[in-house]
Amino acid sequence: MPGLVPGIYVFLDDAKTWMAGHRRAEATPSFRRLCPTMTSVAIDIPPCSSVTVAGATLVVAGVTLVADLSGALFWEEQGLLVVSDLHLEKGSSFAMRGVLLPPFDTVATLGRLAAVIARHDPHMVIALGDSFHDRDAHGRLSTNDREALSALQARRDWIWISGNHDPALPSDLGGVVAEEVAIGPVTFRHEPSGAAGEIAGHLHPKARVSTRGRSLERRCFASDGERAVMPAFGAYAGGLNIRDAAFARIFEATALMAHVLGDRRLHTIAASRCY
Amino acid sequence: MLPEKFLRWFAGRGWTPRAHQLDLLQKARDDRSALLIAPTGAGKTLAGFLPTLVELSVPTSPLRSSSPLSPRSGGEGSGVGGLSARTTGSELAETPPTPNPSPPRAARAGGGGRTVHAAPSFANLDSTGRGVANSRGLHTLYISPLKALAVDIARNLEAPIAGMGLPIKVETRTGDTPVSRRQRQRRYPPDILLTTPEQLALLLSSDDAPFLFGSLRRIVLDELHALVTSKRGDLLSLGLARLWQLAPHMRAIGLSATVAEPESLARFLVPQRGGNSEAADIVVAGGAAAPVVEMLDTRERLPWAGHSARHALNEVYELIKANKTTLVFVNTRSQAEMLFQDLWRMNDDNLAIALHHGSLDVAQRRKVEDAMAAGKLRGVVCTSSLDLGVDWGDVDLVINIGAPKGASRLMQRIGRANHRIDEASRAVLVPANRFEVLECRVAIDAVAENAQDTPPLRTGALDVLAQHVLGRACGEPFLSDELYAEVLTAAPYADLTRTDFDDTVDFVASGGYALKTYERFARIKQDRTGRWRVTNPRVRQSYRLNVGTIVEDTMLKVRLVRGGKGSGKGSTGAVARGGRMLGQIEEVFIEGLVVGDTFVFGGEVVRYEALMEDHVYVSRASDKDAKVPSYMGGKFPLSTYLAERVRKLLDDDRAWKALPEQVRDWLSLQRDVSRVPGVRELLIETFPRANKHYLVCYPFEGRLAHQTLGMLLTRRMERARVRPLGFVANEYALAVWGLGDISFMIRQGKLDLGALFDPDMLGDDLEAWLAESALMKRTFRTCAVISGLIARRFTGEEKSRRQVLFSTDLIYDVLRKHQPDHLLLRAARADAATGLLDIRRLSDMLLRIKGRITHRELMRISPLAVPVMLEIGRESVYGEASDELLAEAADELVKEAMS
Repeated sequence: MPGLVPGIYVFLDDAKTWMAGHRRAEATPSFRRLCPTMTSVAIDIPPCSSVTVAGATLVVAGVTLVADLSGALFWEEQGLLVVSDLHLEKGSSFAMRGVLLPPFDTVATLGRLAAVIARHDPHMVIALGDSFHDRDAHGRLSTNDREALSALQARRDWIWISGNHDPALPSDLGGVVAEEVAIGPVTFRHEPSGAAGEIAGHLHPKARVSTRGRSLERRCFASDGERAVMPAFGAYAGGLNIRDAAFARIFEATALMAHVLGDRRLHTIAASRCY
Repeated sequence: MLPEKFLRWFAGRGWTPRAHQLDLLQKARDDRSALLIAPTGAGKTLAGFLPTLVELSVPTSPLRSSSPLSPRSGGEGSGVGGLSARTTGSELAETPPTPNPSPPRAARAGGGGRTVHAAPSFANLDSTGRGVANSRGLHTLYISPLKALAVDIARNLEAPIAGMGLPIKVETRTGDTPVSRRQRQRRYPPDILLTTPEQLALLLSSDDAPFLFGSLRRIVLDELHALVTSKRGDLLSLGLARLWQLAPHMRAIGLSATVAEPESLARFLVPQRGGNSEAADIVVAGGAAAPVVEMLDTRERLPWAGHSARHALNEVYELIKANKTTLVFVNTRSQAEMLFQDLWRMNDDNLAIALHHGSLDVAQRRKVEDAMAAGKLRGVVCTSSLDLGVDWGDVDLVINIGAPKGASRLMQRIGRANHRIDEASRAVLVPANRFEVLECRVAIDAVAENAQDTPPLRTGALDVLAQHVLGRACGEPFLSDELYAEVLTAAPYADLTRTDFDDTVDFVASGGYALKTYERFARIKQDRTGRWRVTNPRVRQSYRLNVGTIVEDTMLKVRLVRGGKGSGKGSTGAVARGGRMLGQIEEVFIEGLVVGDTFVFGGEVVRYEALMEDHVYVSRASDKDAKVPSYMGGKFPLSTYLAERVRKLLDDDRAWKALPEQVRDWLSLQRDVSRVPGVRELLIETFPRANKHYLVCYPFEGRLAHQTLGMLLTRRMERARVRPLGFVANEYALAVWGLGDISFMIRQGKLDLGALFDPDMLGDDLEAWLAESALMKRTFRTCAVISGLIARRFTGEEKSRRQVLFSTDLIYDVLRKHQPDHLLLRAARADAATGLLDIRRLSDMLLRIKGRITHRELMRISPLAVPVMLEIGRESVYGEASDELLAEAADELVKEAMS
């Protein structure tokens, strides 16, 4: 999105979700301008005070972000926290098909999300798509989980980016629903297109490192400096190896790095050294 | 006792019936179940089938054959009415058991007078008596752990049946049996059906089960000693419990090699009733000649460590050359590969030497087996894949390379040579290192005393019970009370509590979660009469696709392609697809490799080129040396029994004279510079070496228990600020190293060895470790698959396996945190006690050595410590491995210790 002033651009996909965005936006003071006739909205966000956080730094299109050990991404000067692929209610989604996975994944995921939000206290949270495992998953949220989610949304802006698993989210979940969001040189969308300045999810990157007959596989951020793909945040979300062809199509092969989520810190390893 | 026809047949072949064969016949007439304990070559199989053959030798009179045997369509649960009517009918018509050698067959009610004829044609290999009109229903079921064995037995039964012209139809049923024949077998069962525990479970889950098994009189369980040590045995026991209900007149015959506790094995064969344990009669076949077992007295220097026995290669080759047919047993697939390669490198005489192990392509294995049976081979290098199975006949020597691991295991292997019972089997043990010399020595003594060390009977696993419960709901709906009573008759489940049973049913129904949100997705539900039935056909289909308890490591197919360009590009590299299939390999192993690494597979050195979907592409490598699959220690740890004998041998220096001189010198030197561990004590040595400090202990409890001990010890040492860096374990010892001066800390009283090795480490430390242990996660995955929580295969979706749907590791983490007492976690814990983590053995050891720790502070490495120290660099090292240590040459260590 060249030539635009720094701010947030929310692409609303259809009237229904736009309405959701509209109502939410009116109630939120930081949404200064909202134009119903346009599909893009620009909002300025006041810069927040600088907070020091542990984690590796990730540079995308000149913007420095903090890659959190939890798998979230924090943009300090915008007070923005991004999480991707929560896949809430994946357990019950499988249960409907006869695979009775433990029904604790939503509570586990929201618990981890609450912890990372408490740590960074962001002004805004973007859930980068596939927040719910299927189209009806939001309807299966327990009352407790629903309340926990509302508590997380209180006092901050919340944007649900729609993903392939949750293309049409309803309006009663709180927050705005959008196709993609652009802030300055960075665009947030679910499925990576390979465009410069893009931060996406969808692929669930993981990396495997092997030494002397032992190997370790963990979730990771994938980035080549111009774009990044975030790891899945959901408790039951599986992963796709960073050496898969899907990553080769998006990234500059020689610059592709895996920022691997270790036990106590992130490890930055060239993707070419992963298997 | 034998009918005339049989006596003539025996005489015609110059045979006389053996005592144990007649004994079994008598047991059958007395209407008793029996366990036959016999070495290989004793005519066990014929003995097992003799009662059946005699009973069936009288053709059914036309008057008795009746019902058209029309089972239901074989599809999903149609009316129960017809079935129960039929069952009742057959029960009424069933003649009570009688000592008459040819009891009248159970006639079917329904009185049609029509006789059903067998289908006109099918492959003759696995069926006999094609033209036989069969209206009696299934008479005998034969269960074998190997489907190849079932096929082989069918072949062997052909001789007496054809020879005596008996009106008996025999068929096999395995995973390879075509669907059409399986369906026909359910409608028109043969007299004798030969099958596996998994197929039995499948048959029992069908609506036809009461019809099919109602007429059953006998069940023959082959290789029972091997079946009962695993979850397959649990599954089989539950199947038996069901059969006792369906066919109350069924009697069992168990065929087993010699075991430590025949009495407890005999319980498996009869329904258990409350407190007093019921058992089958035991028949022991005598007269086997004692085997002649020697240890190779090598001319070469005995290695300090390693498991390849390369030093003895020439001598092994000479032995093969000097004998007609030799089986060479090794403990792991990688050893088999390596040895096979080495033997061919020196095979100037072009001896026909073949390779046989479980991950070779099935077709290739069959080829070897057929060549073997035809007497075309001089030698076969094999793993436990040949421990059981088909009789080879002409094997005149068994060579066992490496540690025997257990006395009974060794005896069964030796039994593979010379299947004529009255001739002595010959075996040569080839220890691969000095510790293995001790193990071989005590194993030979154990064989001479005929001392057995087979494991005790299992406690039935809950994940297997869950599978069975689902299977039961797939067939006729069941009442909880009735099924619970039935399950208690299975010996492994005789002590199952009602709570565990109800939890299992709850788990099968809706997952058994504290959070009751899945009621609407339940797989089985109670109807108005309280009977549990499956809620939809998909559940049944999924059960059928996933039946069984063998959960193998994920295997990848290995294909041979032309080499890449030399610089592999990982999983996206350009490698031609297709290629000849070499076999299968564990995914875990491939994960540890990087592109370009070489390893030995299928008898050649290959180079890892690429991984695509579930195929590993390899090319032929020119290297002579390969990065061979790391020694995984074999599946079986050193038995507790042999371990104790090794400790006794060490303790008694007068017994050392039976050992080779090199080993004696080694032990004497150990006695001089440190101490030789006593029978009950735990010797701990500490010494510095190259800026690190080492602690080596000698529990002799097997590698798995030592690994667990290492994990827990390093946690404690970290808390005690010893700053441990890593550890390595072998079958006999454990070495831990770190930066802290362990000797100094002990001297200063800052580190208390008694506290360090206190059994309380099995509390919180174990808990904390289990949370992240990869071995525990693997154990959990197995339980999740067996219990039916997740499917090996999903119905309707043949998705590529590598497209991960979800990971059981993630489920483990979540479940552990939110419902730590869940049934599956309990099942996984029970497995961890004896399986990959061997916690029970560790706990027994810690209790044994409490207050009996002997510490020796040394200036340098001791002779006894050399073998385990040499494993550093060979074995996976846990914790943060220190590279400089890995680089150190083995010679240096030895020089140091022996100077």
